[in-house]
Amino acid sequence: MKLVIALVLLVLGSLWFHWWSPWWMTPIASNWVAIDDTIELTLYITGVVFVAVNLFMAWAIFRYRFDPSRRSHYEPENKKLETWLTVITAVGVAAMLAPGLVVWADFVEVPENADEVEIVGAQWQWSYRFPGADGILGEVDSRFVSSDNPFGMSPNDKAGNDDVLISSNELHLPIDRPVKLLLRSKDVLHDFAVPQFRVKMDLVPGTVTYVWLTPTRTGKFDILCMELCGIAHYTMRGHVVVDQQKDFDHWMSQQQTWAEIQSIPPGDPIAGKGSYATCAACHGQQGEGNLAMNSPNLAILQPWYIAREVHYFKDGIRGANESDEYGRQMAPMANMLIDETAIRNVAAYIGTLTPAATISTLNGNVEKGAFFYNSCGACHGAKAQGNYALQSPRLAGQNDWYLKRQLENFRLGVRGAHKGDTYGHQMVLMARSLQNEQSINDLLAYVNTL
Amino acid sequence: MQNVAIADQLDELHDPQTFITKYVYSQDHKVIAIQYAITAIFVGLIALALSGLMRLQLGFPDTFDFIDPSDYLQFVTMHGMIMVIYLLTALLLGGFGNYLIPLMVGARDMVFPFMNMLSFWFYLLSVIVLLASFFVPGGPTGAGWTLYPPQAILPGTPGHDWGIMLMLASLVIFIIAFTMGGLNYVTTVLQARTHGMTLMRMPLTVWGIFTATVLGLLAFPALLVSAIMMMLDKTLGTSFFMPALVSMGESLDYSGGSPVLFQHLFWFFGHPEVYIVALPAFGMVSDVLSTHARKNIFGYRMMVWAIVAIGGLSFVVWAHHMYVSGMLPAFGFFFATTTLIIAVPTAIKVYNWVLTLYRGNIHLTVPMLFAIGFIFTFTHGGLTGLFLGNVVIDLPLSDTYFVVAHFHMVMGVSPIMVLFAAIYHWYPLITGKMFNEKLGKIHFWFTFLGTYAIYLPMHYLGFLGVPRRYFAMGSTDFIPESAQSLNASITISALIVGLSQLIFLYNVIWSLRAGKPAGHNPWEATSLEWQTPDVPPHHGNWGAELPTVYRWAYDYGVPGAEKDFIPQNHPVTDAEQTAGEHEGR
Repeated sequence: MKLVIALVLLVLGSLWFHWWSPWWMTPIASNWVAIDDTIELTLYITGVVFVAVNLFMAWAIFRYRFDPSRRSHYEPENKKLETWLTVITAVGVAAMLAPGLVVWADFVEVPENADEVEIVGAQWQWSYRFPGADGILGEVDSRFVSSDNPFGMSPNDKAGNDDVLISSNELHLPIDRPVKLLLRSKDVLHDFAVPQFRVKMDLVPGTVTYVWLTPTRTGKFDILCMELCGIAHYTMRGHVVVDQQKDFDHWMSQQQTWAEIQSIPPGDPIAGKGSYATCAACHGQQGEGNLAMNSPNLAILQPWYIAREVHYFKDGIRGANESDEYGRQMAPMANMLIDETAIRNVAAYIGTLTPAATISTLNGNVEKGAFFYNSCGACHGAKAQGNYALQSPRLAGQNDWYLKRQLENFRLGVRGAHKGDTYGHQMVLMARSLQNEQSINDLLAYVNTL
Repeated sequence: MQNVAIADQLDELHDPQTFITKYVYSQDHKVIAIQYAITAIFVGLIALALSGLMRLQLGFPDTFDFIDPSDYLQFVTMHGMIMVIYLLTALLLGGFGNYLIPLMVGARDMVFPFMNMLSFWFYLLSVIVLLASFFVPGGPTGAGWTLYPPQAILPGTPGHDWGIMLMLASLVIFIIAFTMGGLNYVTTVLQARTHGMTLMRMPLTVWGIFTATVLGLLAFPALLVSAIMMMLDKTLGTSFFMPALVSMGESLDYSGGSPVLFQHLFWFFGHPEVYIVALPAFGMVSDVLSTHARKNIFGYRMMVWAIVAIGGLSFVVWAHHMYVSGMLPAFGFFFATTTLIIAVPTAIKVYNWVLTLYRGNIHLTVPMLFAIGFIFTFTHGGLTGLFLGNVVIDLPLSDTYFVVAHFHMVMGVSPIMVLFAAIYHWYPLITGKMFNEKLGKIHFWFTFLGTYAIYLPMHYLGFLGVPRRYFAMGSTDFIPESAQSLNASITISALIVGLSQLIFLYNVIWSLRAGKPAGHNPWEATSLEWQTPDVPPHHGNWGAELPTVYRWAYDYGVPGAEKDFIPQNHPVTDAEQTAGEHEGR
């Protein structure tokens, strides 16, 4: 009897939960309304079957509960009933399948007027490439991938020169124009998913896959990687901004082509030495950092990282948070470097400095720290040497008090919370796996040994 | 009946004399079954504990220091692999298959007892190798139970050195174990049935296990070769699954391999694997339902053909796991169609189970509660499969919590409900003791209601678009704060369900000593395993003479019969003969 009541309540409860649930599909932002319709149709058909089968079963359990004076009805089979049930089921299944296949036919067939955009996935970042004025994406090959050529652009294909390369996690798309997203992975499987667009597809190294859609709503939507791609899979995020055409054109005009990127001269350390005089006041003549001034060691950092962070300070992506006392001191300093060339020069100069040995200021359990470092090492390297491909700075040799403050800042969202700081956002997620000060001390005690 | 003689050489049985030969190096299918079952339940408990840890992280992120992103992926991977292969497959086939096949078809043992023993020892070895990966540098693999290359063998994935190699080695050993056991099950069913046991008189349990074993023998080789090929990619630098790629900023020497090829091979095994688990469960639940409803299984022949049809179709649906894998999109038409077709025989099975209850005389015993719980959970899980199988619906739902909820309902909770039904149902036969009914019922209610409280809401996180295999969501614009409280409540349900399994363990162990003697055939069942001269059955099962079968396994409530059940080895009476002809049977 309890079972009968339970079954009825579970059926009614499921229906109630369905109607009440505030968790439901996000408002759609693409042309794939037909997918939502197919889901709704399937919900109705399967919902009726779910209710009917279980209520019938509950009734049968109640009606035919044990009675010693009675025997069950002996009926090995009933051809007619079985045939009917088979036919009805087949019709129901066909009613769900047929519209599904029709929509799939649309999905497979990309409209001829669709724009092409390339989505590039790599552990654990997104980047994007537009074909530029000629409408043709230049050839790429993983053999050409290097820190100067992260997209692996082929030097032999002139069509690539006007390709627009977006090395940030933010993609812009114009509204109401069909777009074919060509999906390419540099390393492992990834999956390009934007819940509001409904469609998703894996990125497979060694081949180019695709998915197409027409954005139908302006706004900023999350891009998530939805195919397990390693330790930091959950931090592989991005944004797609759907713009009106004119906003999109404006954004596009500010992006750099491959030819433009190549034409920027590399940093000149001699020219950068002059600018560094200002930096040296806090960071020291040899870039060794200073606890009293709360300034980190710069000499150990890679030039590309210094350039990136100076940009962040200039653009208010870093050092704008009110709780970031020392970051706020740095922001106006960064503004003294006027342009890209100045930034590259000073970064190049810092690259020539000899790192001084740092003194550890923390006590922690090195063994425990080694355990915590497991996940850090995936990006920062087993020797904490950092890695351009993963946009991870060097940690080895950095002042531990500085790293500690940054970890705390990340954990509290003082650093990395700005929408433009996509790599910082990864660190926010990562830093949260350390729950207390002792864990951070343990971790840094280990980093000090590297 | 054909070939009965091969299994009926009583004087050659060599009854074991010492403890070691009786319980350790035993060739008795019943002892091997129990060895399999205990090992499987042991690793299953480890996998259960891992799921508890995962849920702690998901329900209460930023709380536990001892779970970092690598650990989390390792828990996910080991939980999945252990549950699917080392618990479900091993317990259903190695455990119940071994115990029930000879008894149900009236054989004295499996046809190749020595190989059967080896099967267990290889299985045990595979478990040891698997668990060893917790103690090697880098820990077990965290590549997800699907072990997709390239990431499974590249830095950036936990356990990409030792862990993955041990995992692959363990799978290879497991497949060897399965093949030795599987050949036995198939041969025994085909060759060692007793007098009168025609194929169409076999209980559905045997049909389910038999068909599942055939599937396993055909499907596991695909996993075997992919495991070996991946090991070669890892150790010798071959490029079966590895294209040219740049890992961590460094160009590797691989070129020309295909990650999608691995997925085809994996799912060519992986989808039949779903039915390797489901078909034995289908069979066993049919017998439990029929026995406790005191009614013949409805539409026996249709049930048999449905099992065979599902088994056959399960080989042509694999790529529905790969709709968004980047394979040729046109495949979607074919695989969506075959996948939805498989729903028809599956639905027929559900109808027939429910129609078995209809006009029955239902005892709500503990096994019956679990069997009915199975119908509910399986119906739910089967219906959500119609979403994911329909290729366009898979686009938004793939790799979200909807998938997690679906497959846990359909191949986690449902087979486990049947396993509990089966353990409670056959416990009196296996041990000769009755379990404690009150504890059994408490166990049922926690498990049944608890699992639904876990998985129903989880579907809705999937509709929302919450991705699976995420260590933490952080702040993501489209996910409202309330989703976190839902996650917390799911975790609490999961912990309660997990802990409530202690009731089951306590009951099973305590009843071994303190349970009431079960006596002979306590459920008044018709199938042969309950008709042995001794309970529990002795070595050789049948005493001096093999039983002779005169009827199918479902003569419950036969009109005019003295009792409401007639065992399979009771001759057909004259009265029945006439009544049968009258009804046109």
